[in-house]
Amino acid sequence: MQPDSIIQEMPRVAAPPGASETVLVVDHVSKSFGENHVLRDFSLALHRGENVVVLGKSGSGKSVLIKCIIGLLAPNAGQITVLGQDVATLDHGAMDRLRAKVGFLFQSNALYDSMTVRDNLLFPLRRHWLDHGPAEEDALVRQALADVGLEHTADMMPAELSGGMRKRIALARTLILRPDIILYDEPTTGLDPVTAREIDHLIREVQQKYRTSALIISHDMSCVRLVADRVVLLVDGRCYAKGTYEELANKLDPKVREFFA
Amino acid sequence: MPDESLLAETGAMTSFAGRFFREGFRPRYEVAELLHQCYVVGYQSLPMVGITGFIMGMVLTLQSRPTMAQFGAESWIPVMVGLTIIREMGPIITALIFAGKIGSSIGAELGSMRVTEQIDAMEVSGTNPFKYLVVTRVLATTLMLPVLTVLADAIGLYASYLGLNMRGTTTLALFANNVLSGLSFGDVLPAFIKTYFFGFAIGVIGCYKGYFSDKGTEGVGQAANSAVVVASLVIFLLDLLAVQITGLMGLN
Ligand SMILES: Nc1ncnc2c1ncn2[C@@H]1O[C@H](COP(=O)(O)OP(=O)(O)OP(=O)(O)O)[C@@H](O)[C@H]1O
Ligand SMILES: [Mg+2]
Repeated sequence: MQPDSIIQEMPRVAAPPGASETVLVVDHVSKSFGENHVLRDFSLALHRGENVVVLGKSGSGKSVLIKCIIGLLAPNAGQITVLGQDVATLDHGAMDRLRAKVGFLFQSNALYDSMTVRDNLLFPLRRHWLDHGPAEEDALVRQALADVGLEHTADMMPAELSGGMRKRIALARTLILRPDIILYDEPTTGLDPVTAREIDHLIREVQQKYRTSALIISHDMSCVRLVADRVVLLVDGRCYAKGTYEELANKLDPKVREFFA
Repeated sequence: MPDESLLAETGAMTSFAGRFFREGFRPRYEVAELLHQCYVVGYQSLPMVGITGFIMGMVLTLQSRPTMAQFGAESWIPVMVGLTIIREMGPIITALIFAGKIGSSIGAELGSMRVTEQIDAMEVSGTNPFKYLVVTRVLATTLMLPVLTVLADAIGLYASYLGLNMRGTTTLALFANNVLSGLSFGDVLPAFIKTYFFGFAIGVIGCYKGYFSDKGTEGVGQAANSAVVVASLVIFLLDLLAVQITGLMGLN
């Protein structure tokens, strides 16, 4: 469970010694829809400043897990603690305040089609009552767009953007709140390999620049290799294996090999 | 559709409408969004409502003329057309056009927002999507349909006046006088009130279909389509109910 030291291509963000504060704990969580048992007794911990990838097949319940964490779905059993707060016990106001600190990058980006990029970015800011003056809003938008390298798109509509650009804008929309934790739901799925690698690098850059912790859902092995400090393998709703990318890549277990072959 | 799922759907829609009353009147009030929706809803359907209103008045007049002339009752045309438009044709045609235009666009819009997770995204951005999306739209349709209906009635009556003047002449003042003399309070008020219910039904059904639309782009099309079909049916059912109620009150 400790942060580890080697990764190819990208420098690893070493957690300062002794500072392995956990920001997110998923504790024996189960979730089923009727007879469909999606998560069974799943557990996971995320430390400050670290990127953990949850690896699993399509339909294995990765999106369900991440939606339980942010409180969009309620687990049937188990406990989820985010930044020290038990998600299940929070009232609306407390939940909103917590959500302001947790960025969520949706699988389908979820950009608001009817709003410009600028208004998309300002939406969470304004709705969380984090009102700023117009000048400050401008600066925040410009900064967030600069972070994802798309300064010139502020007045464009989402429909005018390419898939990779939309992903970046969606990331900018979470960054504008300066979250402590970012949850990425398949950030590279549906993108071409080149664009996907750009997004991977962006995820690393964000981690280094803002010292965010991230839970990344993926089944894209190149993405896993580039961004993961640790990997958790989700099979049949359970945590099947965990470790660094290299540790898992060297395992002989057939279910692990399915991913790393 | 099997009876069971029809019942289940009716139940689900009723509880959706109930949720509107439970959540809609508690803060935070989305006033800016409500005004925006009123504008969108009203403005979008204005041309269609105007055109259909005009044609409705014109056709009613031109078609009834020969029959009325046979009985030597041409001077009764304004009264008859006025009553028909204000009591029945205006409200129902405007509502059907409105359902086709706005009900489907609400269904499609919320449906695609559901499919592309925009509704979830709102929820994690400190926003109650039910209030922000559903309550504002239902209020907008409820408030705007009566306005549009009055407008369609007025345009329809004016078209009727033009129709009368295609053969023979009437002055607008005489025409208006004739129409008003045939109308009583009991003709106007129930017809006006029922349009609020039509508007509410269109909003609730469009939102319900979109809000709970199935995954995939197919689901979006289906949401839009069934929003129109169900809303149109419900409009007729409500109309039937309205005529029963006014009958009991002795207003028919
Ligand atoms: N709201 C829901 N109601 C009922 N079943 C659901 C719901 N959400 C997800 N499921 C079911 O949970 C299972 C896991 O879905 P999930 O979306 O988490 O998969 P995933 O691992 O994210 O897959 P993908 O890689 O394709 O995104 C699926 O069988 C799905 O049908
Ligand atoms: Mg998913």
